[in-house]
Amino acid sequence: MDDSILLAHGSGGKLSHELVERKFLPFLANPALNKLDDSAIFEASGRLAFTTDGYVVNPIFFPGGDIGKLAVCGTVNDLAMNGARPLYLSLSAIIEEGFPISQLEQIVQSIKKAAEEAEVSIIAGDTKVVNRGQADKLFITTSGVGIISPGVDISGANARAGDKVLLSGTIGDHGIAVMSQREGLRFSMTLESDCAPLNKLVSQMLEVSSRIHCLRDPTRGGLATTLNELARQSKVGIVVEEVQIPVKEEVKAACELLGLDSIYVANEGKLVAVVDPADADKILAQMKQNSYGRDAAIIGEVTNEHPGKVVMRTKLGPSRIVDMLSGELLPRIC
Amino acid sequence: MEFCGGHTHAILRYGIRQLVPKTVEMRSGPGCPVCVTATADLDKAIALAHLPGVIITTFGDMIRVPGSYSSLQQTKAEGADVRIVYSTIDAVEIAKANPGKSVIFIGIGFETTAPTIAASILKAQQEEIENFHVLSLNKLTPPVMKALLDSGEVKLDGIVCPGHVSVIIGSHPYEFIPRDYGVACVISGFEPLDILLCIDKLVEQIEKGEPKVEIAYPRGVKPEGNRKARQLMEDVFEIGEANWRGIGIVPQSGLKIRGKYEQFDAGKAFSVSLKPPREPKGCRCGDVIRGAATPPECKLFRKGCTPERPVGPCMVSSEGACAAYYQYGTLENSQGF
Amino acid sequence: MCLAVPVRIVSIDGDEAETEIAGVRRRVSIVFTPEAKLGDYVLLHTGYAIGVIDEAEAEETLKLLEEIASLSEVH
Repeated sequence: MDDSILLAHGSGGKLSHELVERKFLPFLANPALNKLDDSAIFEASGRLAFTTDGYVVNPIFFPGGDIGKLAVCGTVNDLAMNGARPLYLSLSAIIEEGFPISQLEQIVQSIKKAAEEAEVSIIAGDTKVVNRGQADKLFITTSGVGIISPGVDISGANARAGDKVLLSGTIGDHGIAVMSQREGLRFSMTLESDCAPLNKLVSQMLEVSSRIHCLRDPTRGGLATTLNELARQSKVGIVVEEVQIPVKEEVKAACELLGLDSIYVANEGKLVAVVDPADADKILAQMKQNSYGRDAAIIGEVTNEHPGKVVMRTKLGPSRIVDMLSGELLPRIC
Repeated sequence: MEFCGGHTHAILRYGIRQLVPKTVEMRSGPGCPVCVTATADLDKAIALAHLPGVIITTFGDMIRVPGSYSSLQQTKAEGADVRIVYSTIDAVEIAKANPGKSVIFIGIGFETTAPTIAASILKAQQEEIENFHVLSLNKLTPPVMKALLDSGEVKLDGIVCPGHVSVIIGSHPYEFIPRDYGVACVISGFEPLDILLCIDKLVEQIEKGEPKVEIAYPRGVKPEGNRKARQLMEDVFEIGEANWRGIGIVPQSGLKIRGKYEQFDAGKAFSVSLKPPREPKGCRCGDVIRGAATPPECKLFRKGCTPERPVGPCMVSSEGACAAYYQYGTLENSQGF
Repeated sequence: MCLAVPVRIVSIDGDEAETEIAGVRRRVSIVFTPEAKLGDYVLLHTGYAIGVIDEAEAEETLKLLEEIASLSEVH
């Protein structure tokens, strides 16, 4: 097979078939996908959750992951955040002409590993190729369907006054790891993205408590934006303690160098949980048993005051409003 | 009053205003390099971006500031080559890598940045990188302090002197302030306790009636500053007047590139015609920059002017007072948003 | 213009130095701090070291700041 992706790989003809059969199928194999029908058929009954996301991360390879891993984990996590057990994903790739096949192979391997860890099957897929310059290397879109057990009702609108706010681990890892690869920033570190599938963590949490009200993963916009979304959706106020929010030293240092605030930096393997205060401690203990929740902490609580707003008590004592991320995260100059 | 964007940011972020007694009022002065850049100068940078074969390099915050008719970000969206850099070193590298193009670095900043711009011009000269240019909009801090004190618009009792500008210029340039105006001066660091220490020392000076210049950031600032940095600055730049947003022309407050480095001066190498500058209606950035108004006193604050849709630079730059108040506001000043 | 961060020099190569802070490494220009030595902390601003941090003063200040922190009734 050739070294790079050609336009013909997307035309639907021989080369397209070769691409699917040699580069995707062997690694993602499952009964539904192997049929190579126009659509995958499955049965499911109960409440289903459905989500979709496009992945355009740049650079496509970053410490701790790549666009493939991200595409699987991101969609799996969106399902998990509604308490759904992820079942199936679809995957559509738009590839730029000239993209090295060896890189595509690497990415498919990442997709395979991530799907195996999350225990999901990719049952439908599509590849298209566009002219050089018309896509930045590779864009992936995944959609996912999951099933929600009876009695599970998790939604951003369910937070109530008195609830505790839990965070599964350190913030800012993904955004900083990706930024460290960007040209012109010239800094190097051992930090890796926290990109990970959280569905097992969520199911373990659901095992010990039926009083988890909200779950959300703080991706773009960071912890601050997610907390604001929850406050607005539930029409409640949220208060968090700055000292309780776990941040790695490397992330703190990188944020200082770049003039960023870690609460606005993206995460791809963390979740925020808003839970009944009576269950907070045992949910926290359960989270810490999972490798993706070992740094979990209770970071704040929900209040009736200042509905829709998030307030943070700073290290020194005074409180300040924490707003959503506005505009883009531009490193400061001063 | 503080004269440093980094201090403005830290003061708001750490809630310093809530920690000090009610008898101490804090006002933000012209310390944000993006905010004090005059609209006419920004219009010039935007016009340069439209020239064929030009690559504009700039520090990040600058691209979103609205000029009279456009912004660097908009110009970039229309196809101009505008790139954000984190260091003048990057700008010189871009010039090296693109010999067929003209690279113009938008040189904003105060005395902390001026030496780095001087170093980049010297490097360009050494390595014969002829396509590197600087639009020199660098400004100096002590002269604008004098201008504000002379105007008497805000009656100041004490000044939180900039931390890193002072690493370069030392403490002597501020001595005219206690001597001629009886105003207390303390150079501060950036940690919350540094700032509280600074305010404590200012209050002590004021209560004793003994204004002077004190360094409360001795780990970074020496009285004589950084001589090497100043040497490079003096070699490359000469002092002239500068146009400050909200203040106007302040004599002896800007840095111009000397004749011997004229070939790197974007102001001389390129000519653009400009329409008359216009300020956005209702924008009180000028008043905020002079400390004559606090951001919540501007009618547009949080209503017509937000970080997503900024009307003026004070809301764009994270060093700007309006952006800092918006980001780190207290419940009181965020009502109705 | 103020954003400057303290970083530690781990190696020197003419006009440039490799620096480190909490595991983050960055290459900087030391053209303004020719006196900087291995192990020194310098203030990093837009890719240049603008001054060497005086360790003795840093310790003094740290002591003072700790005193203030312990007196504070805030937490």
